[in-house]
Amino acid sequence: MAFRKFYQQLNFVKQCRRYGLGLWQCPSFLVILIGLITIGAMLGIYFIANQYAQEPEIVALIILGVTAVLMIIGYFIIQGFNQLAEVSQMKSEFVSVASHQLRTPLSSLKWSLNLILSGRLKGFQEQEAQLKMMAETNQRMIDLVNDLLDVSRIEQGEMGLRPEKIDLLKLLNDLIGEYASLAQASNVDLEFEAEKNLPEVSADPRRIKLVIQNLIDNAIRYITGGGRVKIRLRRQNNFIRCEVNDNGVGIPKNEQKYIFHKFFRSQNIMKYQTEGTGLGLFIARAIIKASGGKIGFKSREGKGSIFWFELPIK
Amino acid sequence: MKTILFIEDESTLQKTVGQILEQEGYEIKGALDGETGLALAKREKPDLILLDLILPKLDGFEVLKGLKQDEATRSIPVIILTNLESSADVERALDLGASTYLVKANYELEEVVAKIKDILK
Repeated sequence: MAFRKFYQQLNFVKQCRRYGLGLWQCPSFLVILIGLITIGAMLGIYFIANQYAQEPEIVALIILGVTAVLMIIGYFIIQGFNQLAEVSQMKSEFVSVASHQLRTPLSSLKWSLNLILSGRLKGFQEQEAQLKMMAETNQRMIDLVNDLLDVSRIEQGEMGLRPEKIDLLKLLNDLIGEYASLAQASNVDLEFEAEKNLPEVSADPRRIKLVIQNLIDNAIRYITGGGRVKIRLRRQNNFIRCEVNDNGVGIPKNEQKYIFHKFFRSQNIMKYQTEGTGLGLFIARAIIKASGGKIGFKSREGKGSIFWFELPIK
Repeated sequence: MKTILFIEDESTLQKTVGQILEQEGYEIKGALDGETGLALAKREKPDLILLDLILPKLDGFEVLKGLKQDEATRSIPVIILTNLESSADVERALDLGASTYLVKANYELEEVVAKIKDILK
């Protein structure tokens, strides 16, 4: 039994894959590599030292070289551990964020049920209104859980996209209509500008809709005290490019490299003003990549952000 | 009639709590974001404020700060009604002058009503 466990630990390829790390980032592999290099170096130096007993400089140089190699590998090991630690920290943060996110609608449902069961709602209409609100809350929970499921699908490489020909202009027009009331409530002007006669793209309409929703939603939510969101749709070479440009709070420079990371949420001033799981952009990037497109952004803290994606014309 | 201001961005929750408090004989004012909430508090000077912490435009901590800085609203009791429960958040809210800190998920609706009645007695 103990032997088997030991063997399993030696089977670094499997282990590294389980942690989602490449070989050169994976401590289990690198430690074995260091061991092998050390043994090889010892033997090598023994033979060389025998041959060049009169020239100790050569032996010293070789030892120096081998040590340097070992130090470099050691550096990779530390980086691998750091990465694992970061992933684990993000996971525990995620558990707390996701449970908070679920708790908000859950406690709302709980109090609605309390109210209905208390018998305080006399008329049928009052009860019906309460039930309708509960249905909306319930739908929000389903959306949230779907996001979580999307993440695990992305990680297993099974997005299950169902591409069909879609007209981005129509899709965007519909979506912008849906966001009109949120934009108005947030004092945000929602502008849309599109080139004429754009060709269709081939992608999964449900998923692309999700991407655009994420971008518009972020753009509106991260504006304080009113502003504007400008959406542009145009052709660029063999791609259709969609840009969502806001003049909101922007993303601090030191956080920009994490923005598409799973579970990442900016520590900017909006942390207590918006709720989120830190999954939207992670999912958006996975969808666009799986659809053969590109996604990116530019942002300046205090000035605003432009998020864009491109889908190939088919 | 005593007035209660409820600053909460989740409209279902606001309506639910609002209905039961109206039945209890209170007048309810609602705000869906921090900015509107703070302005409404200054204008209406309610007898009690129920305050969520995660709020658009101005978060709950800032609203609380604003309320306590203003002579006119300083003495209005504030009940924090939230789902945040890290000790840092609780401490910060109490330090800023909140009267009570309630985590929504841990209370039945009637218990919250009882607390409110108790403070307004």
